[in-house]
Amino acid sequence: MIKVEQKPVDEILDFLEPYNKILLVGCNACVAVCHAGGEKEVGILAAALRMARKKLGHKLEILEDCSTRQCEPEFVEELREKVKSVEAVLSIACGVGVQTVAGRFSDIAVYPGVNTQFMGETTELGVWVERCQACGNCVLHLTGGICPVARCAKQLLNGPCGGSQEGSCEIDKEIPCAWQQIHDRLKAIGQLDRMAQFIPAKKWGRESRDRGPRTIVREDLKP
Amino acid sequence: MESSSPRIVAFCCDRSGYVAADMAGQLGMALPVGLEIIRVPCAGRIDALHMLQALENGADGVLIVACHEENCQSLTGNLRAKARMGYVHGIMEKIGLEKERLEICNLASNDGAKFAETVRKKSEDLERLGPSPIK
Repeated sequence: MIKVEQKPVDEILDFLEPYNKILLVGCNACVAVCHAGGEKEVGILAAALRMARKKLGHKLEILEDCSTRQCEPEFVEELREKVKSVEAVLSIACGVGVQTVAGRFSDIAVYPGVNTQFMGETTELGVWVERCQACGNCVLHLTGGICPVARCAKQLLNGPCGGSQEGSCEIDKEIPCAWQQIHDRLKAIGQLDRMAQFIPAKKWGRESRDRGPRTIVREDLKP
Repeated sequence: MESSSPRIVAFCCDRSGYVAADMAGQLGMALPVGLEIIRVPCAGRIDALHMLQALENGADGVLIVACHEENCQSLTGNLRAKARMGYVHGIMEKIGLEKERLEICNLASNDGAKFAETVRKKSEDLERLGPSPIK
């Protein structure tokens, strides 16, 4: 899922300095799972912001809410009555959620309360590691389920560089060499021959961010 | 006359703090006037949100009274509470609230004396710090 981290409270307080009444809205999907933007985090951040502003002698009224999924227009529409009654919105959803709210309610300022980091896995409670960079053309069937785009520092597609040393990446001994991992995994599942299959360079346009925002259209799902 | 005693919210775990508080009361030990006890099944039930809400709702200080570190009946509830307290300390520093206002105390169920001493000392410390600037 998408993993995010909360912005520092002082940065958020700077955003909110001109306002006396805001809506703080979280999301119960990805950001709740990484404990940064769910319903509980809305409560925590709202309490912190109110206390900070009270201490400054400039009270801040905060309406609190949490969308089921802030990237869906139907769920964002549910915020309309609250949005009408505030001066600004602070969203602690991922960047997608912030933009969905800003797009839906275009006459009010919408501020981000988190920094969206990556798509990742929960490796243990409280630890999240990047696993996917949405390259647009998944090759995990050729690499034993280990992504060379997200997990190789150089995003090499056809084997390790000369810096791979004893299973570690040359940039940091603590980081495993993705291609060592790919080799070991393919060997374990009897697919080592797939390492010889050439993976061509990623295509511009469809498979990268160089032609503007990518779009997927499913005509069968449109009303 | 309005009480000038600091307002202390003490989250007391069922297995240690609450029993110790009860013992202190039964033995007639002096406890600060401003003490409010909130009973919880385990310190692990106390979330960062509860600690902040206690401070926002007028507590001058918050105390988490939990089992000794290797004696939690839920195994790690007291450690979780301590870690969450650390997280809230970070928030308190950022918003200009003294982190000394929020503390954890580990004791056993038969330690009524330690409970009384801890809350008395907390009250004295809070008198020195002054009332919460959030009130």
